Amino acid sequence: MAYESYILVCGGTACFSGGGDKIIEEFKKQLADAGLTEKVQVVATGCLGFCEQGPIVKVLPQGTFYVQVKADDVKEIVNEHLIKGRVVQRLCYDPAQAKNHVAEANIPFYQKQYRIVLRNCGVIDPEKIEDYIARDGYKAIEKVLFEMTPEQVVEEILKSGLRGRGGAGFPTGMKWKFAQAQPKGQKYMVCNADEGDPGAYMDRSTLEGDPHSILEAMIIAGYAIGANKGYIYIRAEYPLAIHRLELAIKQAREYGLLGEKILGSEHDFDIELRLGAGAFVCGEETALLQSIEGNRGMPKPRPPFPAVKGLWGCPTVINNVETLANIPVIINKGADWFNKIGTATTKGTKVFALTGKVNNSGLIEVPMGTTLREIIFDIGGGIRGGHKFKAAQTGGPSGGIIPPQFLDTAIDFESLAKIGSIMGSGGLIVMDETDCVVDIAKFYLDFTVDESCGKCAPCRIGGRKLLNYLNKISEGRGVEDDIKQLEAISDSMCKASLCGLGQTASNPVKSTLRYFKDEYLEHINDKKCRSGKCSKLVQYKIDAEKCKGCTLCARKCPANAITGTVKQPHVIDTQKCIKCGACEAACKFGAISHG
Amino acid sequence: MNGTTEQMTPEIRAFIEEWKSKPGNLIMVLHKVQQTYGYIPRDVAIETSKLLDVPLAKIYGVVTFYNFFKLQKAGKYIIQVCLGTACYLRGGDDVIKEFEKQLGIGVNGTTADGLFSIEAVRCIGCCGLAPAAVINGEVHGKLTTKDVAGIIAKYRELG
Repeated sequence: MAYESYILVCGGTACFSGGGDKIIEEFKKQLADAGLTEKVQVVATGCLGFCEQGPIVKVLPQGTFYVQVKADDVKEIVNEHLIKGRVVQRLCYDPAQAKNHVAEANIPFYQKQYRIVLRNCGVIDPEKIEDYIARDGYKAIEKVLFEMTPEQVVEEILKSGLRGRGGAGFPTGMKWKFAQAQPKGQKYMVCNADEGDPGAYMDRSTLEGDPHSILEAMIIAGYAIGANKGYIYIRAEYPLAIHRLELAIKQAREYGLLGEKILGSEHDFDIELRLGAGAFVCGEETALLQSIEGNRGMPKPRPPFPAVKGLWGCPTVINNVETLANIPVIINKGADWFNKIGTATTKGTKVFALTGKVNNSGLIEVPMGTTLREIIFDIGGGIRGGHKFKAAQTGGPSGGIIPPQFLDTAIDFESLAKIGSIMGSGGLIVMDETDCVVDIAKFYLDFTVDESCGKCAPCRIGGRKLLNYLNKISEGRGVEDDIKQLEAISDSMCKASLCGLGQTASNPVKSTLRYFKDEYLEHINDKKCRSGKCSKLVQYKIDAEKCKGCTLCARKCPANAITGTVKQPHVIDTQKCIKCGACEAACKFGAISHG
Repeated sequence: MNGTTEQMTPEIRAFIEEWKSKPGNLIMVLHKVQQTYGYIPRDVAIETSKLLDVPLAKIYGVVTFYNFFKLQKAGKYIIQVCLGTACYLRGGDDVIKEFEKQLGIGVNGTTADGLFSIEAVRCIGCCGLAPAAVINGEVHGKLTTKDVAGIIAKYRELG
């Protein structure tokens, strides 16, 4: 029986923890009370992307988009919207303009987006295989198994121009071709779902919102390269994604889509999950394979590449989640459809986790070639709290910082590399003038030093040295020569490290030095941090005009750094000051400030 | 180690039996062990080494390599404060300091009553809720230092 209306409740992690589960329960209860259970279906979907405004509820067929919904609002939605047919204006994205902003298509956050990878996220119930099939799911498998040879599949992917979305942008079709060219025998297809970039959650949302698309893509890849076994290597920190994948695998097996003789063809393929255990270096292909084999995740020199000698010595293709999510669409709609989207060198779309100091945090998908300005200001709604845009960081700890003068760069693999950053896996973090570049570089280095596996010296020792210099600078002990050292070590790490982690670990340092050298020099020469983030460089001052000489600050100071006589303005000895802020908190006249 | 001895449960034995023939099983077995005890007890590691026929040194090599595995028993409530980039920029650092201050323990420490542990974790994928913390699977988002006391009190009440 068809339903008259559908209520889609975002089941992404952010909305769910914001009360999404209670909203679903409440809808079920209210619908039952109103006698609408037969007419209205409640669906928990994958991430709708607009995390900042969550929990989100969408009502179909009208497409009304309600934001920041609470369980208490449910009754009103049922009574007003479903029974009386009136939109609940106060829950719309922009109540003042509710008439125009009711549907998703009218909300600026969604207008510049184009969804291929996230096509089903927020549309289907990820726990139901029927929902996926109803959206052309598993159609590509039929086409591949019965109408195409493995060579034709590889050819189609090559022609589509699809490049790996894990960070480096290697053409996916080439990878498949190498593995296909290996002699017949045991081969493996691996999906890298070990999303390690701190500040990115694209893969998590895709797996939670549309797990079957990844299974379908892996079956297609398995057919193309001649593998009958697949592994999904997923972070143990993503329990919901693991649960949905396990369920999806079970359903696919019941439908004869996994296992022996898929859909009656000659192709066998099955998938197993393997859990990661928190090691950023396992994003590197050879380290990831080590981890699946049950070892410490340390990378190996390449060649031999995994496509030739991978898991247990057998040819192995490793593709990232987002890359795979594109595959069924490319097969269904054709390479020529796909390669018209994007730029000359980079086809298709990119999913970004847009976060940091931006008004609309969330998960977005845009065509390659979209500019940073469109992403941050049109989709992201500009900078929070009326602050000024300072820089954007792409590529996480392996990427670089992009200053304002490149806001109009059309994003693709090449353009980002040219301005000293990388596409990376899709973290896009926006910073404003209250963020300090030295502090940011330190934050990322701290991460890579911690995550370095220690196998090769350039990364193990180089990273530590970089961090030491950055600490020195941020604590006011820097000298100008330190900058030369930072540059020299960065270069050596790039050239001499064994794997991608070490080769790119210095990118945050290099890019901040390239665009914000003046701030480094300020830290070194003037012992000043303009954002106030580097606490050791903060200076407390007493305004002589405002100071009444009450002596309270001097009594509060734990370091006896404040001197002065009663009823006379006091002074802080900056040499003795430990920057604890006790004086500022104590002053009743607002005479003490820091900067 | 922390002095307590733990026996391997029949459930883990059965799990090892099921996985024994599959290549690359060690990490999956360790996940199961940690899921059961909350950490990797030494006695269970020794037993695992015998059952899987893997040197104990290799087990400890793997356990210490990955952030996820722990060698110490954690508190009943594990407060995992996210220090991913988005959370860091929006003040995750201040939130973790406030937890440390209020509970009187440092990161990776456990309170004397065994109720709370604090951990600094990397991106939990809730950047839209930054700064965020997860406590035994429950996500607390858009935190400020002012929320900390209330959160602690809530879990303390649960006991």
